[in-house]
Amino acid sequence: MDLFDLIGPVMIGPSSSHTAGAARIGLTARLLLNEDVCKAEVGFHGSFAKTYRGHGTDRAIVGGLMGMAVDDPRLRDSLTLAQESGMAVCFDVVNIRGAHPNTVRLTLTGTSGKELTMEAASVGGGNIEIHKLNGLNVDFTGKEHTLIIHQTDAPGVIAAVTGALAGQSINIANMQVYRRKAGADAMMVIELDGAPEDYVLESLRHMKAIRNVTFLKRRPC
Amino acid sequence: MDFTLSEWVNLAGEGSLADAAVKQQAEETGMTEEAVRATMRSHLRCMQEAVQSGLNEKLRSVSGLSGGQAALFLKRLQEGRLLCGRLLGKAEVYAMATAECNACMGKIVAAPTAGACGILPGAILAMMEESDVTEEQAVNALFVAAAVGQSIATQASISGAEGGCQAECGSAASMAAAALAYLEGGTPQQCADAAAFAMMNLLGLVCDPVGGLVEVPCVYRNVGSCGVAFTAADMVLSGIRCPIAPDEVLLAMKEVGDALPASLRETGEGGCAACASVRARLRANAE
Repeated sequence: MDLFDLIGPVMIGPSSSHTAGAARIGLTARLLLNEDVCKAEVGFHGSFAKTYRGHGTDRAIVGGLMGMAVDDPRLRDSLTLAQESGMAVCFDVVNIRGAHPNTVRLTLTGTSGKELTMEAASVGGGNIEIHKLNGLNVDFTGKEHTLIIHQTDAPGVIAAVTGALAGQSINIANMQVYRRKAGADAMMVIELDGAPEDYVLESLRHMKAIRNVTFLKRRPC
Repeated sequence: MDFTLSEWVNLAGEGSLADAAVKQQAEETGMTEEAVRATMRSHLRCMQEAVQSGLNEKLRSVSGLSGGQAALFLKRLQEGRLLCGRLLGKAEVYAMATAECNACMGKIVAAPTAGACGILPGAILAMMEESDVTEEQAVNALFVAAAVGQSIATQASISGAEGGCQAECGSAASMAAAALAYLEGGTPQQCADAAAFAMMNLLGLVCDPVGGLVEVPCVYRNVGSCGVAFTAADMVLSGIRCPIAPDEVLLAMKEVGDALPASLRETGEGGCAACASVRARLRANAE
């Protein structure tokens, strides 16, 4: 665990798990959607559900969805800023069986109509974990360079992706593969030691069986 | 790599826990040791700024429950009338100022969390002003604290929602106790023992924020936990050994946290949060 996760982050109060972690979850979802959010449904579970107003969890999530970092003083006013920018936001309380007490479920629509659903938990000290993406179970933090590939389950897709990375001498730190069932929806989450060039990502996007490619840069703070 | 307290002590060997932590952080991140120290130095300066904004007597939180109390505390300190003396008094005043800055949505450094952000800066900044600790020594002390924090986070928890306040103020007091022992020339083993003594004194502390806000009792617990950190450091510096292996105390904290009912783990339902008088005040402020 990074020592600056223990002394840090530098952040807007009042709660590292309920404010800073929430802002990071929002920002990560915004980066995964890869376009401005025009509609957001926010479902709070557990401790989040009980205390989100007092901790500014609602403001932090929305600020993150607008691209704000954890130390951005505009987090305090994000609900007003979202309204002014025309982002539609609604908050709800949800119960997700077996989920971490600080879990949020986001259902987002982007400006082009693109949709994203995500479940993530704020696990303490501002650290976060993404547990579900577009209905599939995943497990990553966004702290490292992360390549997320959404594909149709078929032989050779994993080899093609790892081959493209090897061609750029990019080392894989962690790799997880998920699928709904054989031959159906599948996802790869690959944590990398380096960032791939844009043209490599573009070539992956053109690969047969690959539906979507998202690259999350290592989180700066 | 994550280390237990006993592994950190072994890693430090004859050297210091601070140097071991800096070296480890540099290796893990690929940064130079100088760059790692520079990041901590900027965090230290951010802690100083948070104290200054928290001492503003006009500061108020949205709920109206916090703000301006650290200014009262500072006045009594300046009059030389605090019962606990100048060093601990200043540490506690600064701990409260930082916690109030946080409650008012100001900028702070989580240490290890925002709810417990006053304890470590209170201890370190008071040592700088009252005990001739240099900025470089203070930065080193923060690395000692971070190493202890890592052992706690990976073996137990630093989240109030998971482990109660013992995981937040308890962890911060443990980190501060080790940092204080380091600043007074304690060995790595003494730093680990100080961390354990502080945690032992705060074991079982519940997380019961009134209205779910990081204000009551959080602001006041930052103050008290700062006192626990100094007491723990003083015990080990007197030659008292912790009778329980320090890592076992951390594991005990995890067990106690798991046994706490949800109402006492940051849901704003039990403990202080259930007290009628303060809830009434919160409602009155809202109107």
